[in-house]
Amino acid sequence: MPGSEMRSATISVLVENEAGVLARVIGLFSGRGYNIDSLTVAPVERDRSKSRITIVTSGTEMVIEQIKAQLGRLVPVYRVLDLTVEGPHLARELALIKVVGTGNARSEALRLADAFRARVIDASTESFIFELTGATDKLDAFLDLMRPIGLAEVARTGVAAIARGKGTIE
Amino acid sequence: MPTHLIGNDAFQEADTTGITRQATKHNYLVKRSDDLARVIHEAFYVAKTGRPGPVLVDLPKDILIAPAPYAEPSFAPHRSYRPRTEPDSFRIAEAVALLKRAERPVIYTGGGVINAGPEAARLLLEFVRLTGFPCTSTLMGLGAYPASDPQFLGMLGMHGTYEANLAMHGCDVMLNMGARFDDRVTGRVNAFAPAAKKIHCDIDPSSINKNVAVDVAVVGDAAQILRAMIAAWKADKQQVDKSALATWWQQIDVWRAKKSLRFTQAMAPGSVIKPQYAIERLYKATRGAGKETFITTEVGQHQMWAAQHFKFEKPNRWLTSGGLGTMGYGLPAAMGVQIAHPDALVIDIAGEASILMNIQEMGTLAQYRLPVKIFILNNQYMGMVRQWQELLHGNRYSESYSAALPDFVKLAESFHAVGLRAEKVEDLDRVIAEMLAVDRPVIADICVDQKENVFPMIPSGAAHNEMLLGPEHAENAGGYTGKSVTDEGLVLV
Ligand SMILES: Cc1cc2nc3c(=O)[nH]c(=O)nc-3n(C[C@H](O)[C@H](O)[C@H](O)COP(=O)(O)OP(=O)(O)OC[C@H]3O[C@@H](n4cnc5c(N)ncnc54)[C@H](O)[C@@H]3O)c2cc1C
Ligand SMILES: Cc1ncc(C[n+]2csc(CCOP(=O)(O)OP(=O)(O)O)c2C)c(N)n1
Ligand SMILES: [Mg+2]
Repeated sequence: MPGSEMRSATISVLVENEAGVLARVIGLFSGRGYNIDSLTVAPVERDRSKSRITIVTSGTEMVIEQIKAQLGRLVPVYRVLDLTVEGPHLARELALIKVVGTGNARSEALRLADAFRARVIDASTESFIFELTGATDKLDAFLDLMRPIGLAEVARTGVAAIARGKGTIE
Repeated sequence: MPTHLIGNDAFQEADTTGITRQATKHNYLVKRSDDLARVIHEAFYVAKTGRPGPVLVDLPKDILIAPAPYAEPSFAPHRSYRPRTEPDSFRIAEAVALLKRAERPVIYTGGGVINAGPEAARLLLEFVRLTGFPCTSTLMGLGAYPASDPQFLGMLGMHGTYEANLAMHGCDVMLNMGARFDDRVTGRVNAFAPAAKKIHCDIDPSSINKNVAVDVAVVGDAAQILRAMIAAWKADKQQVDKSALATWWQQIDVWRAKKSLRFTQAMAPGSVIKPQYAIERLYKATRGAGKETFITTEVGQHQMWAAQHFKFEKPNRWLTSGGLGTMGYGLPAAMGVQIAHPDALVIDIAGEASILMNIQEMGTLAQYRLPVKIFILNNQYMGMVRQWQELLHGNRYSESYSAALPDFVKLAESFHAVGLRAEKVEDLDRVIAEMLAVDRPVIADICVDQKENVFPMIPSGAAHNEMLLGPEHAENAGGYTGKSVTDEGLVLV
């Protein structure tokens, strides 16, 4: 059957910034059994009247079309944009990564951080906190390398994404 | 509960907007009196437009009692909610091109035509006549197309007619107008209308390609779509293949000749009343009553027999709970209809189990002098449950028989209404006539055959051409054993 393969989709949703709107979006995903691989939300207008939600999800083509249509029918939703199919886009995530260790491990951690252009934003005699921005797979790769060295804790923002070029979501 | 106590687990506090989010189209919690007028106007707008649905407004106690400034509704478009009603003309042309070249077409209509208003039903009739195509309807669409019209095939789906379901199964082009490919209608999806090019017209983009992948999708309001299709049909000079269509109609007439809704009523005095016969007699009697008739139903076998044997000629005369199928729907719905149409004849066709779910509303009928008629097909069983237990679970009956029902005649009287009972076939017409003659609420307790099943039936998970016919039909005289139903089908209940 065509369209039965799974694909990943990065979807931007522009919503009215009102109470309960995130619960509506999340309730839609849990109620209908859709996956959420990443979800971020923040107000994006100067008067904080609108928020932008970025969702990374996966499913068959039919499911992803259904997810977009279901998002589109929520009353406080202005616009649903599937960045994955609308043309080239950029997706970035930020992670704060705590690595604990002494001796050789510390210099190895710093060396890797340098290769990944991660910034040291906190240091103690036994720990570093790195700040790293990039695509999800870059963050994953960095964390995989840090794990044996002394990865202790991670905070990730989830993906923020935007289409290339001059077109906008509105 | 006042606004300042929200979140404190105060007396009778519940997160109402949270609880109802899944059961409403939209909901609001009003925290400032200044917002009240805008929210109420908006709530009605959202409820009625696009794909309509319930909207809940939660008012904290302080907002409820505080004076609030009134503002006229604003006619500015809603900030974010803008349902599309105007169809894309390119899609209309595509749809018409497919239909014109069809050899075995079928038009499958649903509740969307009702939602689009009476004008949509008028346009549907015009379009169906223009094309000469057969037309069938879902449970929710009954009345949008006149049941007496020769081009109407009756209801389709699980308990639909033989001709409607086989036409769906065998068609080469299907036009879905305001229906949503519900599982009670499609049967097993991978065996659904296998040869058909499918056109789906719906106001809600999320209905499209949800259950069944379609070839042409037209998003818009059914009335506007039909108007555009009629114009496009007339403008497109392509001729319909008349001889193919005639052959198709001959085939349909063969299916029709099966008379799949047939039943046998013994007329000898003392004979037990068949539920189908009770509906048929009720229908005949209401035709002569000289009043607009509105039918509501509860949920179960009686609902299906009403759908099969009561014929609706106009939209909005039939109110039933389809998708959620909530027992207890019929009486409050009838109450609302009677308030809206004080002079109309309003009948709740009920089961003896369902009617008990909201029986307290009998008091409301008396209090507001609403002469609603409650016509109970009393089989002493939760018949629809019993039917499944018989056919699909090897006669393992469980909790579907009610041994201690109330006496409905006395129940009616105690609620200041009229109670009537028909026990034998010879009682039926008299009870119906008495029920229609009194200008008061009535319960008519019609004691019907307890073992009757609803046929035809497409068991869950089966295909349209795997339909079971009733005991009248020799072809499944051996009786149905339920063996052809897979576990996958059983979980679809
Ligand atoms: C015991 C039982 C047995 C049942 N058996 C059957 C059966 O045999 N056959 C059957 O058909 N049903 C049966 N049902 C009902 C079934 O469950 C569904 O409720 C029904 O089939 C859905 O009807 P519909 O497709 O018309 O959709 P509805 O639920 O009426 O939905 C209407 C569709 O139209 C769209 N729409 C709304 N407004 C507009 C507009 N203005 N313009 C265009 N589109 C619009 C909506 O988006 C939606 O997709 C049964 C129910 C019960 C309880
Ligand atoms: C509120 C609710 N509870 C349970 C059901 C499941 N159910 C569907 S039909 C039915 C039996 C209804 O019995 P009755 O009202 O006597 O109607 P009959 O089928 O006998 O005509 C039940 C329990 C339901 N649809 N709604
Ligand atoms: Mg019953």
